[in-house]
Amino acid sequence: MTELTMAQALNLALRDALAEDERVLVYGEDVGPLGGVFRVTDGLTEAFGEDRCFDSPLAESGIVGTAVGMAMYGQRPVVEMQFDAFGYPAFEQVVSHVAKMGNRTRGGLRLPLVIRIPYGGGIGGVEHHSDSSEAYYAHTPGLRVVTPATPADAYSMLREAIESPDPVVFLEPKRRYWSKGEVEPGARTEPMDRAVVRRVGTDATLIAYGPMVTTALDTAAAASAEGLDIEVVDLRSLAPFDDATVTASVRKTGRAVVVHEASTFGGYGAEVVARVTERCFHYLDAPVLRVGGFDIPYPPPKLEEHHLPGVDRILDTLARLQWESRWVEPERSAPSAVAPNGLVLPAHDTRVNA
Amino acid sequence: MKRIDERPAPAPPGLPSLEPVRLVDRHGRRVDTPLYQSPGNAVLLELLRGMVVGRRFDQQAGALTRQGRLAVYPSSHGQEACQVGGALALDEGDWLFPTYRDSVALVTRGVDPVEVLTLLRGNWHSGYDSNRYRCAPQCTPLATNASHAVGLTYAARRKGENVAALVLMGDGATSEGDAHEAYNFAAVWNAPVVFLIQNNQWAISVPVHKQSKAPTLAHKAIGYGIRGHHVDGNDAAAVHSVVSGALADARAGKGPAIIEAQTYRIDPHTNADAPQRYRDATEVDRWRGRDPLNRLEALLRAEGLLDDDALAAMAAEGEALATRVRERMAGEDTLDPDELFAHVFASPTAQLLEQRQALRDELREA
Repeated sequence: MTELTMAQALNLALRDALAEDERVLVYGEDVGPLGGVFRVTDGLTEAFGEDRCFDSPLAESGIVGTAVGMAMYGQRPVVEMQFDAFGYPAFEQVVSHVAKMGNRTRGGLRLPLVIRIPYGGGIGGVEHHSDSSEAYYAHTPGLRVVTPATPADAYSMLREAIESPDPVVFLEPKRRYWSKGEVEPGARTEPMDRAVVRRVGTDATLIAYGPMVTTALDTAAAASAEGLDIEVVDLRSLAPFDDATVTASVRKTGRAVVVHEASTFGGYGAEVVARVTERCFHYLDAPVLRVGGFDIPYPPPKLEEHHLPGVDRILDTLARLQWESRWVEPERSAPSAVAPNGLVLPAHDTRVNA
Repeated sequence: MKRIDERPAPAPPGLPSLEPVRLVDRHGRRVDTPLYQSPGNAVLLELLRGMVVGRRFDQQAGALTRQGRLAVYPSSHGQEACQVGGALALDEGDWLFPTYRDSVALVTRGVDPVEVLTLLRGNWHSGYDSNRYRCAPQCTPLATNASHAVGLTYAARRKGENVAALVLMGDGATSEGDAHEAYNFAAVWNAPVVFLIQNNQWAISVPVHKQSKAPTLAHKAIGYGIRGHHVDGNDAAAVHSVVSGALADARAGKGPAIIEAQTYRIDPHTNADAPQRYRDATEVDRWRGRDPLNRLEALLRAEGLLDDDALAAMAAEGEALATRVRERMAGEDTLDPDELFAHVFASPTAQLLEQRQALRDELREA
């Protein structure tokens, strides 16, 4: 075990991928000798040469477009958009080609490429440096969209993204670049399309991803002091969505809150709420709530603390989960009732106030 | 056009000529052009054959559209010299990056004509095996496939393969940011990519002078530090010569080039267009007088390389192709709705499998 920051874990993942697979290429803006503005590509040009890790012209659409061509011809490019909002010039390439080429060609031209995007706020960045752009990508069929929350996942998921036959938008929570965690060299964690339970609890499920997983865990710790036992699910994969893990958790706890930094309106959380409600309706003791950023352009750094969901706001939201209905003890262990149509009804459906 | 004349210094080397390179004039007479060599007789005959067959294919596709058998068809009529001349300049190992208007280039490249029309028939988004023919899918968003060619040739170079790419684009596409990015990436990476701009004078209804203030579109090459060529796009010999030369230069490590070919879209943009709203019929007639097929036919006849029988054989080949296309597209297609879910990812996700099942159920109940 080694203790690494997330940035170091990502660096190690790129390093190992470059060493193991000749087809892997890393390029983008300032990823060469500088090592990237967050140093994620530190030392890679020196170790693998200009042929394998290099600076490209400053043009995101061209970066992604050339990566499409490279992937069409059997390479495995890993390109970097320097910041979330700087990735927008590449949007047409991502939506019209990266996401669609495999489908367009009936699998003839798969695009095994990775687009790394540092995203989210909390680092005091000025305008255009703190966007949460995940919903744009997750809404686009044909993309795998993943985001790690820990250094161990950062390593494992980036390795898996590079090995994936599908294009992957790899969202890196930039405020967690410097957070440390144990990383077993070469070790893989859960498959990247799975959600994982980060903290087991019984009273409610906090569903989070990327930068908000740590915040959700902090919230669970604080809630524990108030007598609430909170389960925390780290989604890891935004597309596809791991319905099984999330559904199992919410069916168990009966309450759920989705947390993300992005603006709430039309945000990724809306999809999570819809899916959870569709699959867990009879198990829910309260509406599934969301905690997200306000519906405002990302604020200037001196005001961002008001925008970003924090422990207090998440606790307040947990408090709105209709706990008063608990006055009747849920009979979760009671035998299920069977309705005339053969459907098995969950035991607590028979409760008052359910 | 005057800006260049007013330049105090002599033109830098490689400056495209304001007058397009021409090897055969509109009457079919050879033009002495010292810097460019005419293709040999066999290639000239092949160019004419490709254009005769290509035009017949184009007419057939138009007819199929009027019969409702194609969803839409953007005609190549008038641009045969560019598409045939460009496609025939490619080596077997090279790649072609076509747009939706380049069906004739694809047919010339040897792609099954029915598969060329899959996109336009509405059966799927691309109908041919790109790897087999070394032709990227027909690209609809303008100029966005240009950077793909740059990346593909970079990948080929890494594998030790000397592959060049020919990107077809229109005059309107040169205004897109993606055209700029692709030219620049190609230049900086010294990529073996040739960008052939078919300037057919109209981007749907917008004339080329509303797209660019450059003396010619080929002059854009100067800003990228690469070679630019300006060619008569209705002179198949000149197009073939200039594109072949640029591809050879590219393969020899001399980097990319931008070629502007002056041509004309004789037909409407597509069957849904109404050109009488924006252009004068006399302009179309003027360009009909510069027809690329007539010009090459006249040259080959004058030089004793073509007689009625040989031309009839080419026409018969075109007719046979049209008949095959017509017959193969006469019936109704059997499309499999399951396929909607099959190719989105290398393996369908759980959600896609659920949705596939839901559609199956829906169809069973219907």
